[in-house]
Amino acid sequence: MLTVSNLRTHFHTGRGIVRAVDGVSFNLARGRTLGIVGESGSGKTVLVRSLLGLLPSTAKFGGETEIGFEGRPLDIRSETALNQVRGRAIAMVFQDPMTSLNPVMTVGAQITESLRYHLGLTGGEARERAVALIDSVGIPMARQRIDQHPHQLSGGLRQRVAIAIALACEPKLLIADEPTTALDVTIQAEILDLLARQQAERDMAMILITHDLGVVAGRADDIAVMYAGRIVERAPTARLFANMRMPYTQALMNAIPRLEAPPNTPLRTIGGRPPDLVNPPPGCRFAPRCPRAESRCTDHEPPLEGGESGHRFACWYPVGEPGAA
Amino acid sequence: MAKFVTLKLLRLIGVVFAVSALTFVMVAMLPADIAYDIAGQDATPAQIEAIRAELGLDQNVLVRYGHWLMSLAQGDMGRSFRSDEPVLDAIWSRLPVTIELLVLSQVFALLLAIPAGVYCAYRAGSRFDRVLGSTGFGMISVPTFVLAIVLIYLFALRLEWLPATGYEPFSEGVWANLRTFVLPSLSIALVEWVPLMRTLRSDMIATLKEDFISMAKAKGLPAWRILTRHALRPSSFTLITILGLQIGGLIGGALIIETIFALPGIGRLLINAIYARDYMIVQGCILFIAVGYVVINFVVDMLYVALDPRIRTAGAGG
Repeated sequence: MLTVSNLRTHFHTGRGIVRAVDGVSFNLARGRTLGIVGESGSGKTVLVRSLLGLLPSTAKFGGETEIGFEGRPLDIRSETALNQVRGRAIAMVFQDPMTSLNPVMTVGAQITESLRYHLGLTGGEARERAVALIDSVGIPMARQRIDQHPHQLSGGLRQRVAIAIALACEPKLLIADEPTTALDVTIQAEILDLLARQQAERDMAMILITHDLGVVAGRADDIAVMYAGRIVERAPTARLFANMRMPYTQALMNAIPRLEAPPNTPLRTIGGRPPDLVNPPPGCRFAPRCPRAESRCTDHEPPLEGGESGHRFACWYPVGEPGAA
Repeated sequence: MAKFVTLKLLRLIGVVFAVSALTFVMVAMLPADIAYDIAGQDATPAQIEAIRAELGLDQNVLVRYGHWLMSLAQGDMGRSFRSDEPVLDAIWSRLPVTIELLVLSQVFALLLAIPAGVYCAYRAGSRFDRVLGSTGFGMISVPTFVLAIVLIYLFALRLEWLPATGYEPFSEGVWANLRTFVLPSLSIALVEWVPLMRTLRSDMIATLKEDFISMAKAKGLPAWRILTRHALRPSSFTLITILGLQIGGLIGGALIIETIFALPGIGRLLINAIYARDYMIVQGCILFIAVGYVVINFVVDMLYVALDPRIRTAGAGG
């Protein structure tokens, strides 16, 4: 349903060209969930914002970048083309519900405006639909809530409103950009469950972005791990967790604190920092931080290759195979 | 909310009280004495004293202020020393001119500033934005009276579309009345739209970087709708503040324009009264201007509340 081919999103800045997304390709089928995992600055947010054209004007796309949506090419350089899908076929839930809702508009007005604009509903019809939507995302007393402003709602309720807005026009694809990062831990699971339930009910495809492998573990059909603007490993979720090949993925996994670990066990962090995207290192971009790196890694870039049953990874010396020396 | 309004109103009364006391004292401290003017050059000291007693000028300042306050409480602002016209009547008769001038000038200014500010923010850094920015700075550096003269030259003398000076009251017909206000209002608006446009532009640029604007874009709304429905209201707070200050300033401060175009407004009443040392009129005008200023600011505060629902629940403050 969604095909992304060789997506390159570069920012032209005074310091040079920042290659925030540098040659990403993937497919997403109807009704499936793709989890995109990576640390801050890995390009995952720029990747999904590229799909909806929600980037500052300094962003430029590579010449070979091609996006296909529902069997037709989608020109992400054209506002007109994007407005055909935005809100109707592709919707997005943002990271921070404290800033993603308009503070001076009522919840109802923010939900009904796309219903009225895209579906041509009258005020009364749109309002009824909005009440039903608010109800369906698990907000009690929908009829009172609809006339409230965002500041009268908690963070969790606001994110539910943001989800209701995204679902308003029955999108085919829902993009959730770290939808729980800004929320209390106790709320996170509720929001993720809500997203999963809505996805199943509406048969939507979903891209779920997170920096937390734990978030996507039980909820995504496939997982793509991003590092420095590229996908470095990609596999069906169960396969990935059973058999991580890319050292970066394994390092991410190891960085999650474990309940069963004895107290005072140091966290296994990943040393160093992600590379400068103006001058990315030659070869594998993770090599400077990789415990398994050899000279080949810094000289030649490993391609993203399989692996059996859809498991692909970009590594010369993958985990589970003996190293070079 | 009721507490918020009450606090604002109380502060308003305090400001008016302070302004009236200060002007009264300052006017009383002025060296020249109107009694000499009225009595004429050949007057004897006794005649002058008689006039002073008649006007109440022989009494202590505090006593006079007390009297003035007492009659003010009964709705009497005193009478002109010169014409014996009640001060209140003098102000009331000028008020329609002043109000019409300030409303029209600010409407013209907003009609220029809002579309220009919104578009410049939307296309910040574009050629249009830069050209309009420099034009604005050029216009704000021209004094209003120069603009007024240029406008008179163009529209009254060359094109003969509008009268150069003069005032027609509403009773002479709406169009006759409006014709006399177009040029004076434009003279003010062509200067005062600039700060409105610049502040709206910069606030709007900040608003357009907000997450909720990305959200509105992600909804697939067209740009004009995002600009007007989502971005304009949260970007208009500084605009409203400046608008309030400009309106406040025009209540008594449009006197240059009023003089050039021969409009009988409050500004001219005040300046003529100062020259004539007609202190009752001066006192009344300044009180009126102070009340006007404070009322405008109160309205601005109420507008913030209307514009930003967050202030409503934050309770009294500010």
